[in-house]
Amino acid sequence: MSEAKTATAQNELIPGTTKDVLVRVQNLKKYFPIRRGVLRRQVGAVQAVDGVSFEIRRGETLGLVGESGCGKSTTGRTILQLEKPTGGQVFFGDQELTNMSSSELRKARRHMQMIFQDPYASLNPRMTVGNIISEPLEIHNIGNAASRKERVQELLRLVGLNPYFINRYPHEFSGGQRQRIGIARALATNPSFIVADEPISALDVSIQAQVVNLLEDLKQELGLTYLFIAHDLSMVRYISDRVAVMYLGRIVEMGHRDEVYDHPLHPYTQALLSAIPIPDPDKEARRKRIILEGDVPSPANPPAACRFHTRCSYATDICREVDPEFRNFGTDSREHWVACHHAEKFND
Amino acid sequence: MTTEISQETILSRTSWLKRLTNGLRILYASPATAVGTTIFILFVLMALFGPMLAPYGFNEQIYTDARQPPSPTHWFGTDNLGRDVFSRVVLGARDILRLSGLGTILAVISGTTFGLVSGYWGGLFDEILMRIFDSLLAMPALLLALLLLGTLGPSENSVLVVILIVYTPIVARVVRSVVLSVKTRAFVEAARLQGESLGRILFREILPSVLPALTVEAALRFSYAIFLVASLGFLGVGVQPPNPNWGLMVSEARQNVSQLPWALYFPAGAIAVVVIGVNLMADGLKRILQAGD
Repeated sequence: MSEAKTATAQNELIPGTTKDVLVRVQNLKKYFPIRRGVLRRQVGAVQAVDGVSFEIRRGETLGLVGESGCGKSTTGRTILQLEKPTGGQVFFGDQELTNMSSSELRKARRHMQMIFQDPYASLNPRMTVGNIISEPLEIHNIGNAASRKERVQELLRLVGLNPYFINRYPHEFSGGQRQRIGIARALATNPSFIVADEPISALDVSIQAQVVNLLEDLKQELGLTYLFIAHDLSMVRYISDRVAVMYLGRIVEMGHRDEVYDHPLHPYTQALLSAIPIPDPDKEARRKRIILEGDVPSPANPPAACRFHTRCSYATDICREVDPEFRNFGTDSREHWVACHHAEKFND
Repeated sequence: MTTEISQETILSRTSWLKRLTNGLRILYASPATAVGTTIFILFVLMALFGPMLAPYGFNEQIYTDARQPPSPTHWFGTDNLGRDVFSRVVLGARDILRLSGLGTILAVISGTTFGLVSGYWGGLFDEILMRIFDSLLAMPALLLALLLLGTLGPSENSVLVVILIVYTPIVARVVRSVVLSVKTRAFVEAARLQGESLGRILFREILPSVLPALTVEAALRFSYAIFLVASLGFLGVGVQPPNPNWGLMVSEARQNVSQLPWALYFPAGAIAVVVIGVNLMADGLKRILQAGD
């Protein structure tokens, strides 16, 4: 409980974060160049993220879903400046991350952390758990050796591990335990914002629930804000306050989780949600699946206008010619944004 | 969770002495590696305590006993100047192991630094450096060594510089290849995300993963360096007489090989035995360290 208090106190110390919005992303773009030939000339670009805008409010969890390769992980990584964005801006509080010098960015990093997908690759196999977790503390010059050790043990206890494990190596732990170590490392500097990049997809189903519940508890206790990236739709509904659906580098639908899940307005979201199995054999047998035609187009050469028109059964001429605007069909408290020309059709 | 394990056993770290004995026990598990390691340890002891073991000085001429075959008084016989071959072989160990060891350490330090930076940065720097190293590797080591010694003049320091320049590219390539496979792993990204500096990422996060391959390569380079130092001595461009360098001894004994074969066989044998020994040890290290990954 004392941790919760210090965490909120820490958050209030970040300058300019009195407003509700913690992270603001504006028209974010990340293109990866494709180079060919001896001279390595650029012949094209993979448009992994192409004009994404959204806000994450303090204390909320924004779920980001989409199929593999739609750019959701790249979005998370670009927000944290692990990848240099091709265009657009990212604000953290009122600081703009996208134009910071590397030393400013290094200082800002203690307020935002990431939980990685693969708990086997994200922990240095040749460092002890204690060293892994105290690393961020050392870098940001927090405390002395003794207080750091205390903090590491406190963090281990916080994520449900034995605090005496500090001299063990990652290979001595199971996948779920390793992910807990990754979470402890992310929490070491008392960050206010955490990007969880598919934190459970590499874990067994029984462990997934444990880790998700841990993330939920930590959020309550420490007042964290999450960007939760995943492709497990039911898990995202469980943990998120709002959900954004991505397709080919763009957000096609975003809003309150119940709005998006119960009344999906974008044909892509409808298809995506129809793929969730229902844990009831009778209902499951009657579940109608929307099967999309064809494959996802290459992000190196995405379709013009509405990116979904090549696979959409409702597509008309306007979809092939005009990029759909993002329109709000919800209310102020339960917003529901969608980028589809035909959204009215589904809004009953 | 494992409450039966006491706090002390979990918190205690294995001491370096325990780790050393553990390492030796693993090395001695295979016969070939055991032989190699024993040979290496014996030669190191010989290098350290040579002056106590050798019955005569390396340059001490016993005129009455010149050109003697091996006997209880002169185990390896004497050469045509009346010098005790056994003493010279024993005393020569220090010289050759010191030069090749020091040279290898220098090459490992510079090769590791170049390999880490080049592999991590990539891009144009990596491209240019690797082409320079390629052109160095294209030349046979001995030819390159002769070329360098011709410019620098024969001295111990020149021999060190030669080992440094000849082996830096090889070590750098080994290190670089490991860095390329490690740098894309998420823990390096996590380190960047925590705001770690370049030096810290290279030496604290990546270097430990390079160490197994680097240790094997260093042991292998060491055995080749011994051979190179001996070759340079034999060619007369490295260390100069009357130094008891084994290569130099072989070269001096060459003229009288039909009458005094022992003066040639024993130093040549010493070179062969230590090179084979270190090689066997390197092989064992490779099996142990790289199987673990």
